[in-house]
Amino acid sequence: MAAGVAAWLPFARAAAIGWMPVANLPMPVAPTNKNKRQDELIILNVSGRRFQTWRNTLDRYPDTLLGSSEKEFFFNEETREYFFDRDPDSFRSILNFYRTGKLHYPRYECISAYDEELAFFGIIPEIISDCCYEEYKDRKRENTERLMDDLEDNKDNKPPNMTFRETMWRAFENPHTSTMALVFYYVTGFFIAISVITNVVETVPCGTTPNQRDIPCGERYTEAFFCMDTACVMIFTVEYLMRLFAAPSRYRFMRSVMSIIDVVAILPYYIGLVMTNNEDVSGAFVTLRVFRVFRIFKFSRHSQGLRILGYTLKSCASELGFLLFSLTMAIIIFATVMFYAEKGSSSSKFTSIPASFWYTIVTMTTLGYGDMVPKTIAGKIFGSICSLSGVLVIALPVPVIVSNFSRIYHQNQRADKRRAQKVQKARLARMRISKAGSSTAFLHSKRNGLNQSLELTQLPYYKMKLSPQGSLEEDQQLKKTTSLLESQHHHLLHCLEKTTNHEFVDERLYEQGYLQTALQNFPSQSPSLSSEEGVTGTCCSRRTKKNIQALNATHTHSHTHNLQELSALHIHCGEQQPLNTSRSSLNLMSDESGSLNCKSSGLVTTAIISIPTPPSNNSRANPDAPPPPNPDAPPRPNPGSDVVKISAL
Amino acid sequence: MLQVCVATDAVMGLIMGTFSMQGKQDNYRKDRVCDDLELSVVCHRPEALDLLEAQSNFNRKELQVLYRGFKNECPSGVVNEETFKQIYSQFFPHGDASTYAHYLFNAFDSSQSGSIKFEDFVTALSILLRGTTTEKLQWTFNLYDINKDGYINKEEMTDIVKAIYDMMGRFTYPAMKTDTTRQHVDAFFQKMDKNRDGVVTLDEFILSCQEDENIMRSLQLFENVI
Repeated sequence: MAAGVAAWLPFARAAAIGWMPVANLPMPVAPTNKNKRQDELIILNVSGRRFQTWRNTLDRYPDTLLGSSEKEFFFNEETREYFFDRDPDSFRSILNFYRTGKLHYPRYECISAYDEELAFFGIIPEIISDCCYEEYKDRKRENTERLMDDLEDNKDNKPPNMTFRETMWRAFENPHTSTMALVFYYVTGFFIAISVITNVVETVPCGTTPNQRDIPCGERYTEAFFCMDTACVMIFTVEYLMRLFAAPSRYRFMRSVMSIIDVVAILPYYIGLVMTNNEDVSGAFVTLRVFRVFRIFKFSRHSQGLRILGYTLKSCASELGFLLFSLTMAIIIFATVMFYAEKGSSSSKFTSIPASFWYTIVTMTTLGYGDMVPKTIAGKIFGSICSLSGVLVIALPVPVIVSNFSRIYHQNQRADKRRAQKVQKARLARMRISKAGSSTAFLHSKRNGLNQSLELTQLPYYKMKLSPQGSLEEDQQLKKTTSLLESQHHHLLHCLEKTTNHEFVDERLYEQGYLQTALQNFPSQSPSLSSEEGVTGTCCSRRTKKNIQALNATHTHSHTHNLQELSALHIHCGEQQPLNTSRSSLNLMSDESGSLNCKSSGLVTTAIISIPTPPSNNSRANPDAPPPPNPDAPPRPNPGSDVVKISAL
Repeated sequence: MLQVCVATDAVMGLIMGTFSMQGKQDNYRKDRVCDDLELSVVCHRPEALDLLEAQSNFNRKELQVLYRGFKNECPSGVVNEETFKQIYSQFFPHGDASTYAHYLFNAFDSSQSGSIKFEDFVTALSILLRGTTTEKLQWTFNLYDINKDGYINKEEMTDIVKAIYDMMGRFTYPAMKTDTTRQHVDAFFQKMDKNRDGVVTLDEFILSCQEDENIMRSLQLFENVI
């Protein structure tokens, strides 16, 4: 029950008088307010700032610090006020929660400070109202992400007991962790650079010999370059093997991009070693040497920027693909047009449409080499349109990539928001659970038998007034588990049950009950019955009897389910007993056996079985009702049934 | 080719833009009218505390407590039916309390104005909590008599009983049968309708209830609510 409408509970209870003439059963006694004080102002002193509010306002939420008796720990006797050594600014929003029923999150407040205050006062953050909930969640997420980043930075503290392999892997991944790793990092970087420079210099013409034309350096100083190449490849191979050894998951490592680059970088050398100087394959071999340039990509391990660029291109792939596609369309169109326009002219370079592609590309990218120019007037016109459109079209990729950056960034935000929405759904589910919780709270207290402890017919009015001690104990029992508000609410629901002569049950029991009434019951008792008769006396056995019959009839229930039911019933009855024995006032016939108490409670707990009361009503409702109060029951005063007979129709 | 697409897009955008602008202006005009109406529904202030104290059976302190609770939930000073239904439904999470809340609302709203003011609230509570049994029974009769014609007939009673049963919800023990309501109504009429003419008048109702100890006792049940 939302405590915000707790103020309307008296009204709802008063309106329950409207049910009275319709009800056929006597109503339960209302819970009395033992500590009935006039509503008073209480002073909450939070670090010097005094807040005042009605006590009832705080009692609206009994499961928080201020609403429960926990605040008594903070009561200051000399000043007669409750003193809290907390932040007064945050306390404002907390107190407003009690007043208005809505919890707001002030934007200027630090999120972790606010969380601490809420935790201190026993308020769960999920009930922050919708107007402030998004803000709260966003701030909370930022905070946790920042904390996680901080954590990652601190991860460099080497955890103990790492195997040699793990140490090596860590050294490879984070070069800053140790000096050895750093040295290794720089050495490999140096050799990558050397290798790349070697490849470049190899092709530079190195000066002429008198009788030969320029030859590239590579051919002049073959051995030197070969030695350099060998050295680099040695280093790279060793590095690759070491990484392979250290990788936690070798298969995954071998599939990763970096390792493929490594392999591609060193493979040509080995292939070249293997292959002889065969003329046929040397052409292919030359092609392979091109792959040596991929060594430059090994730098991406050393450079964060390269990695980000690679990631961006990868994520922009679809946009760039589309761009390429539209460009291709434009090129084909213009090339066709130019070809047909220049077809007429003589000695035209535009020999075919594919030949015109080159012109179109060069023109659209505004390069304009001039090796192919249109000569006809139509060709010139279309050529100019081509170059103008080229400017427009080429200007497209820049915003696409930029917008892609921002789109990827926002996608991350949206993913987080989707996670937040899941949290929202969880929040709604939690509110639903708490709403169901109020209904289950009633069922729970019913099962505990606390509601049944007070039955209007059981106690003649004067008897109740005469034995305040008995009722005090009951009230203490009540107070132990429920607050006054809750007990009043439960009393209201109990009145409704009595009015309609039906009971609230939870879904599981409802299905069982439904099946019970659906199937015809067998009057014979099952042999397992006698074993169940126990300490609890005949009434309970009668009760269990009925249920066993019913449950055995419904073969759909599993055996364990039956036992569960029975054990629940046993507990039920067992709990009844101490209550009954404490209430001397209920012992109308004190000389009766202890079974009387149970029986009276059997009467009281009209709960689970057929109610021994208006048989007219119930015989139709429960076709399987056992032969009602029956031969083996000892005669007892049955005021309940008497009263009921009056009202039974 | 691409420029043609861009151009058509621009033209379409212009057209759509002008249409939507038109719509926005209409909305703006309508909103202004609504704002005027909103302002006219001003908050209601109850009569003076002294007057209410004289008219009802509550003392000052009790009225203060009542009003504080009332105003907290309804700052505008009146409860309309929707709010009333919501508040009442919160006490009965198992089932659907809206129908019964509707009848209750009509019973509280003695002037049939469509909203409950604090005076109506206090008047009804005063009867229910502090009134004589005759007054309480009169109020209850008024609640059951949906069309306020002075007679309770079977249809009205069926509606009321069905509304009460709706509040129980689905999961009850024993399970609800289709004729549960009818049986209950029949039982009620059996008891109340003395001259068997098919309707229950106020006198029959009061007489029958006074004969029933249970009812008399349960009417005293909520005396200590405030």
